[in-house]
Amino acid sequence: MSNTTHNDSLLRFMTCGSVDDGKSTLIGRLLFDTKTILADTLTQISNTSKKRGMEAVDLSLLTDGLQAEREQGITIDVAYRYFSTGTRKYIIADAPGHEQYTRNMVTAASTANLAIILIDARRGVLTQTRRHSYLAHLVGIQHIVVAVNKMDLVNYDQAAYDKICADYLTFANEIGFAQARDIKFLPMSALAGDMLVDRLENMPWYTGETLLEILESAPAAHTEGNEEFRFPVQFVCRPHASADADLHDFRGFMGRIESGNIAVGDAVTVLPNGYQSKVKAIQLGEAQLQSAQTEQSVTLLLEDEIDTSRGDMIVKTGSNIAPVKQIEAFVCWLSETPLSPARTYVIRHTSRESKAKVGAIAYKVDVNTLEQQATTDLKMNDIARITFKLAQPLMVDSYNTNRATGAFIVIDESTNNTVGAGMIV
Amino acid sequence: MTIKQPLSHLDWLESEAIYILREVAGQCSNPVLLFSGGKDSLCILRLAEKAFRPGKFPFPLMHIDTGHNYKEVIAFRDQRAAELGERLIVRSVEDSMKRGTVVLKSADESRNKHQSVTLLEAIEEFGFDCCIGGARRDEEKARAKERIMSFRDEFGQWDPKNQRPELWNLYNARSHKGENIRAFPISNWTEMDVWQYIERENLALPSIYFAHQRDVVMRGGSIVPVNVPLVSGELTNPVKAGEEIINMQVRFRTVGDISCTAPVISDADNVSKIVLETATSTITERGATRLDDQTSDASMEQRKKEGYF
Repeated sequence: MSNTTHNDSLLRFMTCGSVDDGKSTLIGRLLFDTKTILADTLTQISNTSKKRGMEAVDLSLLTDGLQAEREQGITIDVAYRYFSTGTRKYIIADAPGHEQYTRNMVTAASTANLAIILIDARRGVLTQTRRHSYLAHLVGIQHIVVAVNKMDLVNYDQAAYDKICADYLTFANEIGFAQARDIKFLPMSALAGDMLVDRLENMPWYTGETLLEILESAPAAHTEGNEEFRFPVQFVCRPHASADADLHDFRGFMGRIESGNIAVGDAVTVLPNGYQSKVKAIQLGEAQLQSAQTEQSVTLLLEDEIDTSRGDMIVKTGSNIAPVKQIEAFVCWLSETPLSPARTYVIRHTSRESKAKVGAIAYKVDVNTLEQQATTDLKMNDIARITFKLAQPLMVDSYNTNRATGAFIVIDESTNNTVGAGMIV
Repeated sequence: MTIKQPLSHLDWLESEAIYILREVAGQCSNPVLLFSGGKDSLCILRLAEKAFRPGKFPFPLMHIDTGHNYKEVIAFRDQRAAELGERLIVRSVEDSMKRGTVVLKSADESRNKHQSVTLLEAIEEFGFDCCIGGARRDEEKARAKERIMSFRDEFGQWDPKNQRPELWNLYNARSHKGENIRAFPISNWTEMDVWQYIERENLALPSIYFAHQRDVVMRGGSIVPVNVPLVSGELTNPVKAGEEIINMQVRFRTVGDISCTAPVISDADNVSKIVLETATSTITERGATRLDDQTSDASMEQRKKEGYF
């Protein structure tokens, strides 16, 4: 009957590059070659291509977003695109690549598990390549695909490709990136379609995986995350006024398992208070589960009546995590209003909030040279190592060991804007 | 160490949506779930059950009724709310017209975009600080850049250049009095995901989603239903001079105001046939069926700026 499978996994990835690197063409080609583009959309963009005097259909128009962006011919904001291959569903975070959009790259990277870094074969490793790689590294993306694009413009020359790969590895070794990450290289032409979905015949010297093969085999985030059980409580369900008398003592702790797994009978501790109990039941909708794993949203019932509310965190008893009232982190500033060390901010970490004040700014990182510079302030797109003093304790892990419990956002209470993104050292 | 199996994409999307619904409940003091009886909002109701049962939903349901909805959908809406035992608020564009806050250019002008006015009036009436909706990023290009928690100012306006950065799963649903948040739990779902979820969860749908015989005319390249009976008993969408009524087997891919929703030719009379049809369709969901999106390249963006979903 239905040839669609319901059990395919999901991969979130991002593309780093500017319009000039062919990023929009790359995404357009992936959508087109996986038959995600339907006839009416194609008609629409082919009309636009003709209107702009182009001979062939410009696939980059597929990612054209807002009116303002079309008018200026640039991408301002992160856009999300979707395609599916039948074995996997993909979410692409498409971020603009220019320097002034560091904050957008950090935003796109925060939910991605793989990054495609585009290099123009004619230009080789550029400052922006270093910037994109550093940011992908900082935001903890495990899988990097260095895609040397526009091979058609260098006559599909293997020597040009080999040199770019060697240059990139030299740089990646310098920043300690090559050891820490899974890096793959491939030559391609997004415009002509070489090595994306189809291999084509122009580069017989390349026998490695095509881009789609790399994407299809990359591990999904939750299969390689941290093993420590972390369950921030989002909501407490207490239907004590229910017509069903059996529910009067029901107390369900609702949340998403951010890492690790849990089974009925496991001994748990509720932080920050340190109350201990055992898991009595795990529910997902009407289903009673014996165990649950990372990224599942469930309801936990405990053996003992414990006073627990939103913002608490349930961990396994004995786990190495304790409430802290000071954190040190790399912070990317996202707001046009610079950080003011005199002000009090709100930090949101998992389902918990605390007021926070800047303790010290150790240094700022130049995202192009990776140099550390002394600084007293932080402007939009800056990245700095900062210490915050907290009014309320937070239960944190280092970002390197746990992307969920190592991350936070900074909120300006006067506007309620999200002004900073932090990764705990 | 246990071997971790990747969650299937449907399980992952379901878990993400439950998480978002619980964040709304945890962060907002007076949220509301917009429920039209359409397939996307029916998925959200199912997700809300998984998020909050055995408790009641921590928000009421609300429908902004244009008065020009298919009566099958309205009946279904009421039945579903009753089955769930949740409170349903209905506010109608016709009441806004009576108040004079909605003025139609002509009697047969589509009321779809005027829903924004009625929605903003209802937000003010009840003091809602967050509206949960079923919009998806794959529906339309102006939605591809929409946040999961989307900030609207006092006038309900969406300013694409002034949206809060959204990182990890740390959603910021804070607002000051008068402002509000639109929350989209199924942002990352595609039309196909919605149908697969409906199939997996065995969700009931209004009958007009399935193939049925209907009187239509061909108007400007679209199939337009004619002489459609409303809840009031009145018929809407009269045949224009020179048009020929054809009785056709059709179904709806999206359900909204009658004046701007067109059906497609189809013989898919159950969910698994629809899943198959969706997989092989060559036209986007809104492409053939939303007459309001075809006005210009940026019509959805424009409506969103004015307070639309």
